[in-house]
Amino acid sequence: MLALVALSLAVGGYDITLETFLHDEKAREMFFISRVPRTLALVLAAAAMGVSGVVMQVLVQNKFVEPTTTGSSQWAALGIVGLAVVHPGAPTIVRMVVASLLALVGTLVFLGVLRRVSLRSSVVVPLVGIMLGSVVGAVTTYLASDNDLLQMLASWRSGGFNDIVRGRYEPLWIVGLVVVAVYVTADRFTIAGLGRDVATNLGLHHGRVVFTGTAMVALATGVTTVVVGFVPFLGLVVPNVVSLLRGDDVRRNLPWVVLASVALMVVCDLVGRTVVFPLEVPASVVLGAVGATAFVVLVLRRKGSLRG
Amino acid sequence: MITVDAVTKAYGDTPVLGPVSEVLADRGITSVIGPNGAGKSTLLTIAGRLAEPDSGTVHVHVDDAAGAVGLDVHRARSADVAKLVAVLRQENHFTARLTVRELVSFGRFPHSRGRLTPTDVAAVDEALGFLDLTALQGRHLDELSGGQRQRAYVAMVLAQGTRHVLLDEPLNNLDIRHAVRMMRLLRRVADELGRAVALVVHDVNFAAAWSDRIVAVRDGRVVAQGTPEEVVREDVLREVFDTPVRVHVLDGVPTAVYFR
Ligand SMILES: Nc1ncnc2c1ncn2[C@@H]1O[C@H](COP(=O)(O)OP(=O)(O)O)[C@@H](O)[C@H]1O
Ligand SMILES: [Mg+2]
Repeated sequence: MLALVALSLAVGGYDITLETFLHDEKAREMFFISRVPRTLALVLAAAAMGVSGVVMQVLVQNKFVEPTTTGSSQWAALGIVGLAVVHPGAPTIVRMVVASLLALVGTLVFLGVLRRVSLRSSVVVPLVGIMLGSVVGAVTTYLASDNDLLQMLASWRSGGFNDIVRGRYEPLWIVGLVVVAVYVTADRFTIAGLGRDVATNLGLHHGRVVFTGTAMVALATGVTTVVVGFVPFLGLVVPNVVSLLRGDDVRRNLPWVVLASVALMVVCDLVGRTVVFPLEVPASVVLGAVGATAFVVLVLRRKGSLRG
Repeated sequence: MITVDAVTKAYGDTPVLGPVSEVLADRGITSVIGPNGAGKSTLLTIAGRLAEPDSGTVHVHVDDAAGAVGLDVHRARSADVAKLVAVLRQENHFTARLTVRELVSFGRFPHSRGRLTPTDVAAVDEALGFLDLTALQGRHLDELSGGQRQRAYVAMVLAQGTRHVLLDEPLNNLDIRHAVRMMRLLRRVADELGRAVALVVHDVNFAAAWSDRIVAVRDGRVVAQGTPEEVVREDVLREVFDTPVRVHVLDGVPTAVYFR
């Protein structure tokens, strides 16, 4: 993982070697302005999405949910576009608050719809989320096309890291805090995942735990969407693989989820940056391809063990 | 002691329970019997605060330096009640892939809030040993049979270390051998650990053989209660189950015969 991060730091449009880094003022500057922020953004966004996936999956008791399959990311994007329409020059912090709030609303809408679905473990659940997400996405696209914002929207949807420079990625430290908060409260999420009755018996307020977890995920999703854009399927693939290998204890799994998410993200970014060099395929597009395949494999693999 | 005071519950317009007033003692085994749909689970889950009553209250009494203090299980802090009353529902749907040991360790959550002390670890070990799960402790729940999983959940509520343990049909899913073992074990929990166990039992004869007290429920009311000798009688059971029943005393235990 450290090697991957080092590699990510070393690869880029501007040629930086250890030699030039040490002796060339301009190379060093480039390193700190672009390469470091980009890599940090990758690490933080990956951790945020991986952890969001874990939390959603235990709380919903379904293995296929994560911010892009519950519609949360799409709601966050709606918030950003909506804000750009009514208040174009809004500062980043306002945009993040609005995006996070709408992600929260979207997740709560999703949970509300889920109450009417009886088969919680089935593949129907993420389909509900994807459907809700598409509806919201359509509204967003309509809003954007009506206001000449389509280009901005397209660049988010593909979640690029290429324009991340110093001064743009810093808000992502917030999601670092969310990851720490999830780790501290991890046992509550695992217990909530055992159902309302077991949680109540163990002295927890189930609804409160679900709301707290949802709010944390919404914050992570909102901030990530504002800074980076969509990071699809990461929160699905990594937690599922970790769960298959290590079980479902959130606290024990969290470090692994973070490490594996970062590793996968960095690899996807490196692949995106190198295959068509000097152009770039956004990391999220690579991730989407990898993730969609993995999603199908997971659905097929888990099918045998799906019970009501 | 748990006191259930004039508790009622209705689903929509259909009253399904009460008013019921009952006292669950601090020791021994109390079995709740009755036909399907009588309201046994409703009574137990309300007493265990998994469901709210429409009216009435449930208090758990703790001995305190100042004497007995009553805690309203539905109003008091959930974290406090969790140290006094543990309750397990009949069916536990789950999707979590936890090991048996991880599940049982969560029984200590009310005490440890997640950071297990040596006392907590000892309680987990004891509960695992009691339920004969030590050899299975590393297995994931989805790799167990229904009966083994049932035992893992019972171990979790035992590890919770509460005075009162409420179990809804813990013999469900168990074959004769494991059902007998479960009852023998609950007997030891009551006798050796000095805890009070209340359970819903389907089979009248299991109730008669192992309980100190039996509560018979029908149509949401308690229609009979007392020692096995007082409740497992032909006239009482006929009224409770609406079925002719013969009772013979076998090995000193009143035994119901109702197969034809
Ligand atoms: N969630 C519910 N909604 C509507 N009716 C219910 C619900 N739960 C239980 N009931 C009804 O309440 C009655 C008592 O149920 P229950 O306490 O589960 O009975 P028992 O455990 O004695 O078989 C039954 O008639 C049942 O159909
Ligand atoms: Mg029942």
